[in-house]
Amino acid sequence: MKMDLTDTTAGKINKGLVQARRAIGTPAVGMVLTLVVVTDEENAYDALKAANDASREHPSRTLVVIKRVSRSPRDRTKSRLDAEVRVGADAGTGETVVLRLYGEVSDHAQSVVLPLLLPDAPVVVWWSVDAPRDPAGDPLGALGQRRVTDGYAAEKPVEDLRTRAESYAPGDTDLAWARITPWRSMLAAALDQVDCEVVSVEVAGEEANPSVELLAMWLADRLHVHVRRAVSAGPGLTQVRLETTGGPITLHRSDGAMATLALPGQPDRAVALKRRETSELLAEELRRLDPDDTYASALRFGVDRLGGIQSASQRAEASTWTPGSLPVRPVHESPAPAPAGDGDTPRPTPAQMPPVKKADPQ
Amino acid sequence: MSSSNPLRDPADRRLPRIAGPSGLVIFGVTGDLSRKKLMPAVYDLANRGLLPPGFSLVGFARREWANEDFAQEVHDAVKEHARTPFREEVWQQLVQGMRFVQGTFDDDDAFERLRDTIGELDKAQGTGGNFAFYLSVPPGAFPVVIQQLKKHGLADQSSGSWRRAVIEKPFGHDLRSAEDLNATVEEVFAPDQVFRIDHYLGKETVQNILALRFANQMFEPIWNRSYVDHVQITMAEDIGIGGRAGYYDGIGAARDVIQNHLLQLMALTAMEEPASFDADALAAEKTKVLGAVRLPADLGESTVRGQYAEGWQGGEKAVGYLQEDGIDPNSKTDTYAAIKVEVDNRRWAGVPFYLRTGKRLGRRVTEIAVVFQRAPHSPFDRTATEELGQNAIVFRVQPDEGITVRFGSKVPGTSMEIRDVSMDFAYGESFTESSPEAYERLILDVLLGDSNLFPRTEEVELSWKILDPIEEYWDKHGRPAQYPSGTWGPVEADEMLERDGRSWRRP
Repeated sequence: MKMDLTDTTAGKINKGLVQARRAIGTPAVGMVLTLVVVTDEENAYDALKAANDASREHPSRTLVVIKRVSRSPRDRTKSRLDAEVRVGADAGTGETVVLRLYGEVSDHAQSVVLPLLLPDAPVVVWWSVDAPRDPAGDPLGALGQRRVTDGYAAEKPVEDLRTRAESYAPGDTDLAWARITPWRSMLAAALDQVDCEVVSVEVAGEEANPSVELLAMWLADRLHVHVRRAVSAGPGLTQVRLETTGGPITLHRSDGAMATLALPGQPDRAVALKRRETSELLAEELRRLDPDDTYASALRFGVDRLGGIQSASQRAEASTWTPGSLPVRPVHESPAPAPAGDGDTPRPTPAQMPPVKKADPQ
Repeated sequence: MSSSNPLRDPADRRLPRIAGPSGLVIFGVTGDLSRKKLMPAVYDLANRGLLPPGFSLVGFARREWANEDFAQEVHDAVKEHARTPFREEVWQQLVQGMRFVQGTFDDDDAFERLRDTIGELDKAQGTGGNFAFYLSVPPGAFPVVIQQLKKHGLADQSSGSWRRAVIEKPFGHDLRSAEDLNATVEEVFAPDQVFRIDHYLGKETVQNILALRFANQMFEPIWNRSYVDHVQITMAEDIGIGGRAGYYDGIGAARDVIQNHLLQLMALTAMEEPASFDADALAAEKTKVLGAVRLPADLGESTVRGQYAEGWQGGEKAVGYLQEDGIDPNSKTDTYAAIKVEVDNRRWAGVPFYLRTGKRLGRRVTEIAVVFQRAPHSPFDRTATEELGQNAIVFRVQPDEGITVRFGSKVPGTSMEIRDVSMDFAYGESFTESSPEAYERLILDVLLGDSNLFPRTEEVELSWKILDPIEEYWDKHGRPAQYPSGTWGPVEADEMLERDGRSWRRP
């Protein structure tokens, strides 16, 4: 059922929730978390739909915070909170409250959200658009132990990745990172199957897609080898090529659904790698609420230390460097300069590190 | 190998446990279990991205099928029974590794062809010689298949690869036959290569018994004879024997269900905390508790068996067991069995465990109810607590997996009146909408070589030691009591609990 509350307060909304639940005959439900969705009027529909779909896996109280734009000085002096309470079939498997904030109160959204959080349950904050530069420092973000941003919604995704790395706090995560879980999983499975050392990597994907950078940074961080970011027409990620001592391993996907995995000395295999819906990404995000250290480590690797199109200094270097014509260990000869102003703790650049050895199977 | 894979990191919890390169060979692939459970489970695993690229599925059966016919059959089974939505790209990935081998179990040529197929898959799909053989075959065909696997070298593990055998119940029909069966299997496969499927153990709630008991502080202190009055473990089915007359008659409910499922559930409920969660530690604790089970001295007083008689079950008329097609009208086979056992150790001495199972009962349900003693002293007068029962924690295993806690609460109003209320935790509500099917979990565990959830030889033999005296007693004394279909079993079962001053829960 739906209930509209105009010019209201958090207390009245809480009362409305209890009333609505009584009315449909479910006095209490086992909701596992509160999901705060921060969005704007334009994206609210899609975000809410994704949240409701995800709530089939994680029953939650969904609080949608929409800050209304005030277009006149008159509007800006007024302060008003409108709410729409939905429970039962209209709200996935949990409860939904859509909060519309007008005027001054939109700067104090946390004061509305705080009383509406489920007792004792984890809080996840998801910015479907306009994520703050420092999610953990944001008043709404501070309420959650998990803060989900989405690099896809950023104007300059690569710039955005730098910001995320600078402001990272445990509990931060990004949907662009969730998007590549199937790729990471398949690459890990591929390396399970061969016994060799990786000497260099190329990751190709459409421009302005932070997932490509994240995958490249993860590979560089884990493998300690030179990783080059190449641009392709997409859709999304299109290819990962690992040059290994045993021959190249490639995972190639041109249509956004079916990929081909080629391992040295083995027949090519088709593997399903479909691009996923936002709701599935969100559901994955909600599955674990502890800090994602792997993400942190990949993010902190730094987008500027990737080879390829990122930085001018590296672009020059990359032009002399084409995949396929690799010497077996090119990495020792091409030290990539560590980018200036990288606030990270000093660590060897990937080029200075020897390739990680894989132990022989027993 | 995976431990040295630089892309694998225990802290990276998003990456799922994917099975290594491997394949699954199903014997008796045309059977019901295979179509309704195994094939859909394989697809669901693939859909969740848990199978390795190149995973291969080989069907072995008598039917004259080509690979394409087999793939079509799997396709139909998946569309009808899979838990997750059908996705063409996942199917395309799976279908490349599907093969069918036609033959009977005594056909040497067929097993040679199977060996060639496996060799071909190693080359074409990169399965690396790792194959699990799923024996979904009638008990009689068991020794033949096992021997054939040995004869054609299919059970041999070469360096770095594995071969595993997956076997289904029944694990024999008494201790002797179980020992024979184990001897047959172990002649060919080492104990760590054998996986006995008890699909109940793959269910989320069953695994949750361990989580609830050993990850929490609030339950374990009362999990003993000082607080627990008794435990009831029920597995009820609403269906009759269906077309399984040939298998069922002479076996009966106790051998079919109590020996494996119910005693396993009891072991998990009653066992001590294992030193760790690896397979050895878990098996050690289960074995200990099964070894401590004692039967009451008077088996006539503490066991009941029954047969469903004609009646109405859920709005449908049902025939009695003795009237079913293919059943001897004088059959003494039990379709209902209830037994009382005790666990002789410090934790449980004097606490009875009542196990019951039956066909054509009120509804399909499996649950474990731990019923607590009444409060030793009540400050409320008798009228206030008249409607208050005993506290209970109930694990609902199926359907609607979850946990119910029952306790007393004050009824709103001016007078002091206390009544039972239930607090519910439903899996469907607090976690995923559909938790993985038991077979998904178990097949994945087989491919990963993780034997936590599979009963071992000793457990099977101990279970028969518990059941054999009861079956012997039943053979010599009396006949099964009749109960109308659609009820909760014979009155004798109710009397059995009344003698102890207790009563069965209505599940």
